[in-house]
Amino acid sequence: MSQLIVKTMAEYMAEGKQPEILFWVGSAGSYDDRAKKITKAFVKLLNKAHVEFGVLGTEESNTGDVAKRAGNEFLFQMQAMTNIEILNAYEVKRIVTACPHSYNTLKNEYPSLGGNYQVQHHTEYIQELMQSGRLKIESNSELHGKRITFHDPCYLGRANEVYEVPRNLLKKLGVELVEMKRNRRTALCCGAGGAQMFKEPEKGDKDINVLRTEDALETQPSIIATGCPYCNTMMTDGVKAKEKEGSIQVLDIAELIANAQGL
Amino acid sequence: MNYIPNILFVIVLGIGIGYFAKNVKKLIRNIKLGHTVDVSDNRSQRWKNMINIALGQSKMVRRPVAGFLHVIVYLGFIIINIEVLEIVIDGIFGTHRIFSFLGGFYSFLIGSFEILAVLVLVSVIVFWIRRNVIKLKRFWKAEMTAWPKNDANYILYFEMVLMCLFLIMNATDSHFQEMNSGNVISGMIAPWFDGFSASTLHGIERTAWWLHIMGILVFLNYLYFSKHLHILLAFPNTFFASVKPKGQFNNLEAVTKEVKLMMDPNADPFAAPAEGETPPAKFGASDVTDLNWLQLLNAYTCTECGRCTSECPANLTGKKLSPRKIMMDTRDRLEEVGKNIDANKGEFKEDGKQLLDNYITREELWACTTCNACVEACPVSINPLSIILDMRRYLVMEQSAAPMELNNIMTNIENNGAPWPYNQMDRLNWTKE
Repeated sequence: MSQLIVKTMAEYMAEGKQPEILFWVGSAGSYDDRAKKITKAFVKLLNKAHVEFGVLGTEESNTGDVAKRAGNEFLFQMQAMTNIEILNAYEVKRIVTACPHSYNTLKNEYPSLGGNYQVQHHTEYIQELMQSGRLKIESNSELHGKRITFHDPCYLGRANEVYEVPRNLLKKLGVELVEMKRNRRTALCCGAGGAQMFKEPEKGDKDINVLRTEDALETQPSIIATGCPYCNTMMTDGVKAKEKEGSIQVLDIAELIANAQGL
Repeated sequence: MNYIPNILFVIVLGIGIGYFAKNVKKLIRNIKLGHTVDVSDNRSQRWKNMINIALGQSKMVRRPVAGFLHVIVYLGFIIINIEVLEIVIDGIFGTHRIFSFLGGFYSFLIGSFEILAVLVLVSVIVFWIRRNVIKLKRFWKAEMTAWPKNDANYILYFEMVLMCLFLIMNATDSHFQEMNSGNVISGMIAPWFDGFSASTLHGIERTAWWLHIMGILVFLNYLYFSKHLHILLAFPNTFFASVKPKGQFNNLEAVTKEVKLMMDPNADPFAAPAEGETPPAKFGASDVTDLNWLQLLNAYTCTECGRCTSECPANLTGKKLSPRKIMMDTRDRLEEVGKNIDANKGEFKEDGKQLLDNYITREELWACTTCNACVEACPVSINPLSIILDMRRYLVMEQSAAPMELNNIMTNIENNGAPWPYNQMDRLNWTKE
């Protein structure tokens, strides 16, 4: 396996260069073992397409999404202003991230605090790379004809109305895309948003991720695709709760594409 | 000539409209108890939203059965108002079917009203069956007992009776039946009254006419006390609703000021507040008066259909949270505050209650995943999520009362810029693993 090529914004600056995009890795993408695999898969795609991208590395800090949704507006704005100071210092114009929560916050909540960037979800950026011919998908991959269902992340779908881009990518892989009964704007949440990821759920009769996994299982998929590190964790746990981890994988779209490329 | 019926009519009409106007004033006063909120952006999108969502019922029909039936009742409501206009003019001037000079067009109008009346009657009966016989889940949730449950049925009974009265009125109007045009439905009902003397028939017609218009006036005044206000408020509500992406939550300006001050190296941390400076605002909401007027308008607009709750992941998995209940609680508390103000000569007298805890529990607030399913589902653009968020803000920033696990992750974010207790210097370690 080839070595990942990752450069920080500081390194670009030292060279007096400006990368095409800033890849916002996010807290989950940096620290969570499962999410790190998504980060690496996306970087492999960026490397393959010869994209000049920078990361903030140790200068990146949590976007504040979780804090804001937990009600801690102070902490959110402190995080936002700290990040904005750094992003503006590097004169960042374009940001791409594999986390819909970072995507939503950077795109919608940073502008009024002084952070104005063009922000894209990694699926949007991958699509762009394909359209410009920089990245090609081999359709005769091992994924061909496999049943895959896509779980809409709330902060990509309802929150920002990006429903078709991830689906288009899946179709390009030649897979059999099957929809859950609740999809797109009526998609059920995985249960992680609004800071739920980090706390025990309130008393109820079921866990949300289990209910959502049941939605997915009804489509009898061999793979559940997502576009969010938190959804990924929740759905993976759901599949385990249903004891289906032997037959069903939960994968990010970036991973599916990287695998199909043999990366 | 005998002017008594005319005078009586004008008095009834005056009372009916006057009392309604008084309650509308109260409604506006209550909504204005909320904070200001800027709704001046993107006017053209706002008009589009109102035309599509309220006028065009675009979100209603996403659920085809209820949507279709609702469109019929809605059309009936709008179109039959032309008939009400005639009734009002007739009532004031003692005329009879003043619009009948329109001839063929009049027959066409009345004919379509009659058909609509039957369709509305059928739709309303189906609604009643869905609620009371099929017992659709969303109509039988925990918050749908007592008044909310009865209110829904009263509205349906009202509409059934009004439609029947309209048809009976036409059927027993011998002059109208003799014209024999436009009586597409009432012509079939008229034979039921064969053998009645002319004066009895006239008596029934007059009674139906009076009951019909009085019923409409009573219904109009019932609105304020009912969830049925949506027939009016859906229009302003869809107009004023946010036109931003659903994921965008507002940034509190009061917080921005403080954070900027904290991050300003030149700020004097010990400076006394400047003279005349207003004390820092309360962060978040613990009562209805901490919310903004749009959130309060939302609460009055809610017609308790429960589409939000039926799509809420927390509610679907048995948690206490129900977005519909958030709206109902907000409205009920606002009404309580309004009554308090009325009873105390325009001043709110502390009543030891608030929206938080007395109406909405913390357990409900913390069960939300902020997924926006409720906001997306609402056919009239109500946003329960914004209220939940403002109340969480109060809990966290004014009371430091977040669940313990959340306090931990917030401390982590503060200390090392991630929800987990990892060193920020390790953020790039994934490249080497």
